[in-house]
Amino acid sequence: MAPTAAPEPRWPILRGVNAGDRLYRGALTALALTLPLLLLAVVGELAVSAWPAIRRFGLPFLWTSVWDLVAGVFGAAPMIFGTLASSLLALVIAVPLALGVAIYLTEFAPKWLRQPVSFLVELLAAIPSVVYGLWGIFVLIPFLRTYVVPPLRATLGWTPFLSGVFYGNSLLAGSVILAIMIVPYIAAVSREVLLAVPVSQREAALGMGATRWEAVWTAVVPYGRAGLIGAGILGLGRALGETMAVTMLIGNRHDIGLSVLQPAYTMAAAIANEFSEATTDLYLSALFEVGLILFVITVAVNALARLMIWRVARGTAVGSRAL
Amino acid sequence: MSARRLRRRIVSGTMTTLVGVLSFVAVLALVLILGHLVAKGASSLDWAFFTKNPVPAGESGGGVANAIVGTGIIVGLAGLIGLPIGIGTGLYLAEYGSGRLGWIVRFVADVLNGTPSIVVGIFAWTWLVKPMGHFSAFAGSMALAALMVPMLARTTEEMVRLVPHSLREAALALGYARWRTSLRVVARTALAGIVTGSLVGIARVAGETAPLLFTALGNLNFSTSVLEPMQTLSLQIYVYATGPFDEWHRMAWAAALVLMGLVLILAIAARWALRSRYGAAR
Repeated sequence: MAPTAAPEPRWPILRGVNAGDRLYRGALTALALTLPLLLLAVVGELAVSAWPAIRRFGLPFLWTSVWDLVAGVFGAAPMIFGTLASSLLALVIAVPLALGVAIYLTEFAPKWLRQPVSFLVELLAAIPSVVYGLWGIFVLIPFLRTYVVPPLRATLGWTPFLSGVFYGNSLLAGSVILAIMIVPYIAAVSREVLLAVPVSQREAALGMGATRWEAVWTAVVPYGRAGLIGAGILGLGRALGETMAVTMLIGNRHDIGLSVLQPAYTMAAAIANEFSEATTDLYLSALFEVGLILFVITVAVNALARLMIWRVARGTAVGSRAL
Repeated sequence: MSARRLRRRIVSGTMTTLVGVLSFVAVLALVLILGHLVAKGASSLDWAFFTKNPVPAGESGGGVANAIVGTGIIVGLAGLIGLPIGIGTGLYLAEYGSGRLGWIVRFVADVLNGTPSIVVGIFAWTWLVKPMGHFSAFAGSMALAALMVPMLARTTEEMVRLVPHSLREAALALGYARWRTSLRVVARTALAGIVTGSLVGIARVAGETAPLLFTALGNLNFSTSVLEPMQTLSLQIYVYATGPFDEWHRMAWAAALVLMGLVLILAIAARWALRSRYGAAR
């Protein structure tokens, strides 16, 4: 499963003897430089475009809730809150599910079942975001309205998290769809992490009389803990930046509320909805600043996740096989 | 002692069942989504759907021919731009990627892999749409290519690294130059894997909507000019799904079924390309 060959410099004696080799290496290096340049260009462009808004509103942009197009006052607090709330809620739902899938597939499933099931779970990642949105509008929301919200209300209705009328488009709907969307990523990475745990860990635990579950839970999972946390953070990164499905389901309201039944807003959704309607330069700039904040947050989250996963499965493109 | 042992056994059995059930739930979600797509979309798939353009709101009938062709053009162009860069980057990482630059490129690729596609969309808007003065399919293709490259680079690298050292050594010992060894022997051997990565990359961007909102924009008419706004299936689904008409919703399901079918074919072709080469190795 670990395809990595040691990346040592090969054949030093042959290096640089041939013009074709130098050309080849130069061409590949130029292509490879595209990505770092792209990253710099994106960051630079976002920062430049967002600069008018940054200068005008300063740091309070992050915790101001006003979004007044007429007065030209903008604050991103509701979107930042909505983005974090929906992603974290999605993570709470998705992590147990994905971890369960990964554990089942690496430890318990019969051999013939492993490939098909992991393929099917990974196919969830192949479904386009807009299709999730469509399904969410016409299937998930009616389902939530009929089967999920009433019992939730009946048991926990007294908490502030379930107050208000449920119209359909809501933080809950957005989070549930996000959870389904990030399960394949978390499951695929978790599976690779668990596969990277040495068999001796399991054997040692089983040899000391542990049941199969105890071996998994006390020897295998703790061994891959850093990688599993990394998998979760990677899922979080996906959820933070997810646009279409959330835009179609979360309700798009500039407001901070505790109730998951109420509409909310995310940074990505705000850009998707309002970018083409931004009539003033300041409005546009404010949206760019939202984009910049979103970008910085996702880059930080992804970098953190990658570093944690690399600690376990070094150098491999873990999870890249998840479509 | 025995009661405790029983309890441990029960816990073990319960948890084993639980993780099995969780896997079932995940697969069930896929089956439900695909099932609804077929149930609600299949009945609308007729000849007109594939050959006619959309009709004005409120009228019934019409099709999404323009969106199907538009998806093909935009994704195809994105592939033309993205595949060489992505594969080249992957080859660089596998062949020369052991140094500091390799580490940076690898890390940047992994980070960009998780970049929100909407951010790439507004970036493409500022660099392409704004200077050109109008929305265009080309800008959309560039945005999709930017999303494709990081993933492609990493899968290509992984596939090229699977090629045994002995093959390179044999080629070099026969007097091949490094570049010829790399292209004619190493990349050739990893070709099935690279094709798989490319198909997966294309499948992933084929369904993207967010980066196209402010670049390709969408178009009610049939257009094949990459310098004009162009419709894609994903944009069409978005408009139809969020619109108020039942007729639109019906069309949205059908378009989603077509888009999903396209993506699934690419994904399964990707699997198949790899399997025929490496067999049980993966």
